[in-house]
Amino acid sequence: MIETVKDGKGMTLIVKTVTRLTIGFILLYGIYIALNGNISPGGGFAGGVIIALSLVHVMLAFGKEVALKRLHSYAMRFAISIASLVFLYVMMSRWHGTYSHIVIPLAEMVIVSAGLFAIFVALVLLSKSDRDSE
Amino acid sequence: MIEIHLILFFMIVAAIIAVEVKDLLSSVIAVGAVGIGLCMAFLVLKAPDLAIMQLVVEILSLIILIRATIRKDLPFSKSGRWFFNTLATVSFIAVFLTIAHMALKDLPEFGSGQMRVSKAYIDSAVAKAGSEDVVASIIVNFRAYDTLGEAAILFTALIGILAIARKIGKNG
Repeated sequence: MIETVKDGKGMTLIVKTVTRLTIGFILLYGIYIALNGNISPGGGFAGGVIIALSLVHVMLAFGKEVALKRLHSYAMRFAISIASLVFLYVMMSRWHGTYSHIVIPLAEMVIVSAGLFAIFVALVLLSKSDRDSE
Repeated sequence: MIEIHLILFFMIVAAIIAVEVKDLLSSVIAVGAVGIGLCMAFLVLKAPDLAIMQLVVEILSLIILIRATIRKDLPFSKSGRWFFNTLATVSFIAVFLTIAHMALKDLPEFGSGQMRVSKAYIDSAVAKAGSEDVVASIIVNFRAYDTLGEAAILFTALIGILAIARKIGKNG
């Protein structure tokens, strides 16, 4: 199955259809895990990894271009930087007030999801360019 | 406690298979079996937070291993400086074990006083942090600077990987 991914634009029609149907539920589940971390198991890190897995899912099913069109590289870096600054501000100002149990998991979720997806994209592009140069 | 021993035995067998098998893809699958066994061990030990974390991180790392790195021929150097390699490894292990023995001597006995620190957290989690999940209140409130350090580590690793693996400047 990996062989068909390499030359074509993504996988077969079955995989694409199932991906299109399930991707919203996966994103919703990631946000649920991140926001309900204070009353049930989970937290910002686990929710962020689930959202990164959904983006990886789109990228494996549809190919690189569609996934990067959904989440552009510059938008990804912008979101990571903004979320890091918000996280730093909330932690350093000791703002453990009314909405901190929403803001902290959201910032951690954005950092983890976009960061892990960026690492995945970078590794895939790196190995692909090595393969092309051979 | 028979389940935890069964799971540990399964994990050890899978780890030995992962080291010894010749095919690289089979080795990666065996590593995934070790991770799933660890997830089940966390569930048996009643730590669902860690089980969720272990499961999702295991899946992501398996995808990265298969998709991004499995095609590259990893260099194995069987010949060469095997004597110095073995000497360095053995001496490092000896130094590590010595220092670990000196450090672990001062710790309390296994099984005694295990609730001394965590009892304060459990008692004051709802009152001070206002969150019913004690794990989340420890991570986000009592040890907030620890979480901040984690985020800083992830951010730094991301900057490093993006700087190494970016497209611009790789042709030079």
